[in-house]
Amino acid sequence: MSQRYRLPDGGRIDRTAPLNFRFNGTALRGYVGDTLASALLSNGIHLVGRSFKYHRPRGIFSAGAEEPNALVQLGTGARSDPNMHATQVELIEGLKARSQNCWPSVDFDISAINDRLSRFMPSGFYYKTFMWPAAFWMRYEYIIRHAAGLGTAPTGRDPDYNDKTFAHCDVLVVGAGPAGLAAALSAARTGARVILVEQDAEVGGALLGLAGEKIGGKPALDWVAAARAELVESADVRILTRTTAYGYFDHNFVGLLERLTDHIVDPPAHLPRHRLWKVRAKQVVLATGAIERPLVFRDNDRPGIMLAGACQTYLNRYAVKAGQKAVLFANNDGAYATANDLAAAGVKIAAIVDTRPNPEGPHSERAESAGLPVLAGHAIVGTTGDKRVRQVRIARLNDDGSAITGEAQEVDCDLLAVSGGWNPAVHLLSQARGKIRFDEERGTFVPMQTEQATHVAGACNGSFGLASCLTEGFATGETAAKAAGLSSKSRRKKTPAASNETFLPARWTWLVPSETPLGRGGKHFVDLQSDVTAADLKLAIREGYRSIEHVKRYTTTGMGTDQGKTGNVNAIGIIADTLDRPIAEVGVTTFRPPYTPVTFGAFAGRDVDDLLDPIRKTPMHGWHERAGALFEDVGQWRRPWYYPRAGEDLHKAVAREVAAVRTSLGVVDASTLGKIDIRGKDAATFLNRIYTNAWSKLEIGKCRYGLMLGENGMVMDDGVTARLGEYQFLMTTTTGNAAAVLQHMEEFLQTEWTDLDVQLTSVTEQFATISLAGPNARRLLSEMTHDIELSPNALPHMAFTEGTVASVPARVFRISFTGEMSYEINVPASYGMAVWQAVLTAGERYDITPYGTEAMHVLRAEKGYIIVGQETDGSVTPVDLGMDWVVSKKKDFVGRRSLARPDMLKPDRKQLVGLLTDDPQVVLPEGAQLVERALPNPPMPMIGYVTSSYGSPNLGRSIALALVKGGLARKGETIFAPLADGRVVPCTMTDPVFLDPEGERLRG
Amino acid sequence: MSARYSIFSLIRNALAYHEDWPAAWRSPEPKPAYDVVIVGGGGHGLATAYYLAKELGVRNVALIERGWLGGGNTGRNTTIVRSNYLWDESAALYEHSMKLWEGLSQDLNYNVMFSQRGVLSLAHNQHDLRAQSRQSNANRLGGIDSELLTPAQIKAFVPIMDLRAGGRYPVLGGALQRRGGTARHDAVAWGYARAADALGVDIIQESPVTGFRIDNGRVQGVETAKGFIQADKVGIVVAGHSGVMADLAGFRLPVTSQPLQALVSEPIKPVLDTVIMSGAVHAYISQSDKGELVIGAGADRYVGYGQRGSMQVSEDTLGAICELFPSFRRLRMMRQWGGIVDICPDASPIIGKTPVEGMFINCGWGTGGFKATPGSGWVFAQTIAHDRPHDLNAAFSLDRFRTGYIIDEHGAAGVAH
Repeated sequence: MSQRYRLPDGGRIDRTAPLNFRFNGTALRGYVGDTLASALLSNGIHLVGRSFKYHRPRGIFSAGAEEPNALVQLGTGARSDPNMHATQVELIEGLKARSQNCWPSVDFDISAINDRLSRFMPSGFYYKTFMWPAAFWMRYEYIIRHAAGLGTAPTGRDPDYNDKTFAHCDVLVVGAGPAGLAAALSAARTGARVILVEQDAEVGGALLGLAGEKIGGKPALDWVAAARAELVESADVRILTRTTAYGYFDHNFVGLLERLTDHIVDPPAHLPRHRLWKVRAKQVVLATGAIERPLVFRDNDRPGIMLAGACQTYLNRYAVKAGQKAVLFANNDGAYATANDLAAAGVKIAAIVDTRPNPEGPHSERAESAGLPVLAGHAIVGTTGDKRVRQVRIARLNDDGSAITGEAQEVDCDLLAVSGGWNPAVHLLSQARGKIRFDEERGTFVPMQTEQATHVAGACNGSFGLASCLTEGFATGETAAKAAGLSSKSRRKKTPAASNETFLPARWTWLVPSETPLGRGGKHFVDLQSDVTAADLKLAIREGYRSIEHVKRYTTTGMGTDQGKTGNVNAIGIIADTLDRPIAEVGVTTFRPPYTPVTFGAFAGRDVDDLLDPIRKTPMHGWHERAGALFEDVGQWRRPWYYPRAGEDLHKAVAREVAAVRTSLGVVDASTLGKIDIRGKDAATFLNRIYTNAWSKLEIGKCRYGLMLGENGMVMDDGVTARLGEYQFLMTTTTGNAAAVLQHMEEFLQTEWTDLDVQLTSVTEQFATISLAGPNARRLLSEMTHDIELSPNALPHMAFTEGTVASVPARVFRISFTGEMSYEINVPASYGMAVWQAVLTAGERYDITPYGTEAMHVLRAEKGYIIVGQETDGSVTPVDLGMDWVVSKKKDFVGRRSLARPDMLKPDRKQLVGLLTDDPQVVLPEGAQLVERALPNPPMPMIGYVTSSYGSPNLGRSIALALVKGGLARKGETIFAPLADGRVVPCTMTDPVFLDPEGERLRG
Repeated sequence: MSARYSIFSLIRNALAYHEDWPAAWRSPEPKPAYDVVIVGGGGHGLATAYYLAKELGVRNVALIERGWLGGGNTGRNTTIVRSNYLWDESAALYEHSMKLWEGLSQDLNYNVMFSQRGVLSLAHNQHDLRAQSRQSNANRLGGIDSELLTPAQIKAFVPIMDLRAGGRYPVLGGALQRRGGTARHDAVAWGYARAADALGVDIIQESPVTGFRIDNGRVQGVETAKGFIQADKVGIVVAGHSGVMADLAGFRLPVTSQPLQALVSEPIKPVLDTVIMSGAVHAYISQSDKGELVIGAGADRYVGYGQRGSMQVSEDTLGAICELFPSFRRLRMMRQWGGIVDICPDASPIIGKTPVEGMFINCGWGTGGFKATPGSGWVFAQTIAHDRPHDLNAAFSLDRFRTGYIIDEHGAAGVAH
């Protein structure tokens, strides 16, 4: 059966380049230039898949993006793609495709039993049953889920990669049919930067599927070739084929999906599979054409039933006869062109069934003069044929088309071409919030108003004739270019002549009657993919789902992968008739992106794996890696967590690191702390307002701890800020909060305190911060500097100075987060590694120990220092933390007013306490909840929770911090932690400072 | 009146070619006056009307909807249901809701397809683990099911997930609520509408509210496109437009309205049997019964009423999904949309009285309103009927922003040293 439906010549396929492919395991042949659909048809294969709900046999219905039926699974394993339109898949050597949603095969599908049971499965049946017994829903659902779905997901990590790019242009033209090409040409002739987008593999649009069209007296495709050549030659024109404009967003922002390798057997490695274009266009021309509409008649879904225009395209573009004996069923003149072309190619036309009582129009007249058998005022009232249409039943319509009269006759055929008119592809226009209206004459929705810098041309605008497409295209391209600020340089060329035939006149019939009442025999499909029938629509309305959105959601019409491209307007027509309301009143459902489905991976682009989010690393990161550090993520930063030595786990390593700091010397990479340079005459005033404490009197060269609140009075951030000069401060923030703090401060500066002279600059990445801590900190530092006076008087705790460390210019802050004598050395980031290494080398004699975040947390917890985000959660005030000492009573600051609210002053708020387990060896899990009294079973009232908890090697026991209701006044009381493993741990509330409350070690 | 739904009525009607099904609800013209008018025909409003009629005997009720029932966030969300909230007040409210969900299909005689397939939230760093431990312990002691899973347990539960997550945000643990899951969002609106209608509630669609008549600080009724409707009490439940309605009534709300985005893939055969949430990479994913992967994205970072989403948000979200599920990279987005969420400063709702006497408001559910639908309607009905909040929603007063009794559900702030 090798391509016996292929015509001996013609078409745009390359007969010198035959291709082998497999469909459901069968070896078949086609040609370069084929789609999978055209190649299947050339081999006489119509049955491609099974429908979603009833598993009815389905064939190829269209020749393009609107395909509802012919969805296939391509490839295998990790490189497998479900739900691909056979009508858009370009045939390549070795392609493997198979049918979906059928088992064991598309020819014999067990689930086809659903069709027999369809009477019990109307729209929404699942809302009415499966409720008993209640516990069984999960089992029912299991069965429903496995019956539903279409193709299958790939089974492994996608081996291909995708890409993203930005583009800007003066005029973006969507669609390279005659109108789009004309628009691109006239825009390009003004010198505009033009992007022309075409979803097909080549430009030409509908002209590719037509025979005998002339432009300027020559074959239309010659004009297409010349137009393409001129555009390729134009300097600022980019033609993107195999590219779909899938979404039209606000501010003329358009998303494109370009498919670069799907049509290549062994793509070169440098090519991404798909590329997402993010285009900002000054002007957009929509020349997206129109989509043919089927007719809704009884059993209109069998393989071999196709859109008339598609039959014509397969014939003319791919040289494929979709059948040997055809019936045409139409309500308009344009569809006769298909019959004429088929007849000319030698296909027997068994009948042309026209709902119009008096067929008129140029194509009808040609058919008539060719002697094709026309049955005017007739309709198809039924079809037979299981896996392929075999016969149609034809009957005469009454005057208003609502019923049939007389006896039906039967006509054999193997192809039924159907046309119910054409719908402009207004999807992108509507996405861009343009308005459409129902046009009675053309029987469809046409553009009415654009909301953005959008222009519409050609069939998309409801102008179906070729001459109109060209005229509108040329005019629109020029208008768009002009609107983008360009003017025509050369004399305007004359628009080439062409015929202006449209598919009109037509007779609009939304629902073709049959011999039995609707729903009492056969199925009138409206949405082929979702298996929604006209009876379903009427049922929904009968049941009160009257809004178009309700009908859609109740019946699922238009909710398949085709998003109702062929079915929606018919559905609206039938709903309008049923409600006896004008179509305009019924309206349409919202058009949503994407126009056709877009690969997830394209949205990710190259931002996958490690590149999902930037990993921020300090200048000393490589050293940490070499030292065998384990890391933890803190915001975007990757920080050393601990540095295990051979045989050490977290606890052993941390115990060693912590002990080293308390007994000799530790060093930590603190470069990740946020650093914000604050300058300006009002810098001190600004800090007064931002922080809870006072800053005006801070001397130059001194540091101060500051607490920052949100407007709701809750602790937002903390850190030490140093006064570098009269008008300059350096603020440190927590690692994860640096950006939020900068944003918070900028917001106040830019919106509330515009009178202040203050400039903020993030300098986090300009400095590397090396923090020395421990009794030997001063000794080591003094060995590394010649120009910094380190004596306690010269550089006391909370002081700052500048000089050189290891011969590198440095800022040295004597501040501490460990409770030990500590120096934070800031050097330019590029010197960070060098100074770090110098410190480590010089520190060897003190057995200097690098420590990570975990040891840092233990050290600070021993001192009762809080971590914002751990001891706080956005609901904790300074008072709750026992930190009233840092809250000024005299001045105003952000959050102050909120602190005065009655609930903020209540004594039973959760407050920070230390927590000591009665058994010193038990370490509470962080996040453990605390109760007054443990009950045998939940629920039990909770009074607080553990925020931090560690084994403290220096104290020889476990320590914890907790937020407990009324905790500040309850120190000494015992409470309980009922743990997930069943243990109930008694513990005693204490002061949160466990070590050196006088701060003697700190001052050294 | 509605016929009872069952397998038997389905068979009986099938034999009659489904031509005898009654309307699920009437479409009456409004009466001049009602005891209670509910403004807003989303899930929360419909549930309120239903529980007023069913639990409290208040049946002279009208529900007024600007467009079509369930056309706002009810029909736009990602259908996730869970009750594992952090604070006692929220947990109690959402758990009450969960218990109603568990019997909802039978109560309404409408299958809302409540599927308790579990909701698993992932932890990607030490901070997440601490937050999950805190929340899980709180849930457990509060009587709400919660399990902490190790990476190995997660791998067994969701085999197709990449625990390395591409190496950038590896999965270190997770918190699972097995009773959580999904429900069919439209069915919730329709089920409540049908059940409320059967109890006498008048559902009036396509009737925008244009104003409120207020005398001496007390509400008298509602101005609508279908004329003035007198009401003793008015309940406003209009997520996405709460600020607009409050403005019509002359008071202000501490809510901001932002577009929140969601999207679905093409339908595929079952591949994901639970709900996965990740706060760190910001994505939610489950698979609908039809087979679509339903993916929740973040909110646009600006205020707006356009029910769309910006492309950048889809990029971020799908990037995260591709990280967790590298085998999904070849799947395709079929549809994307947006809804408007009203967000309070503490990310918790407002359910209670307003400065206008006789007027009540239920708003500020932010990104999490769907799961609360039954509970929200239930407590709001109680509040309206009794003229004071129920214990379950007493803490969620508008007044709390004045008193400082905030219920911060932003989750533990994502900050650490």
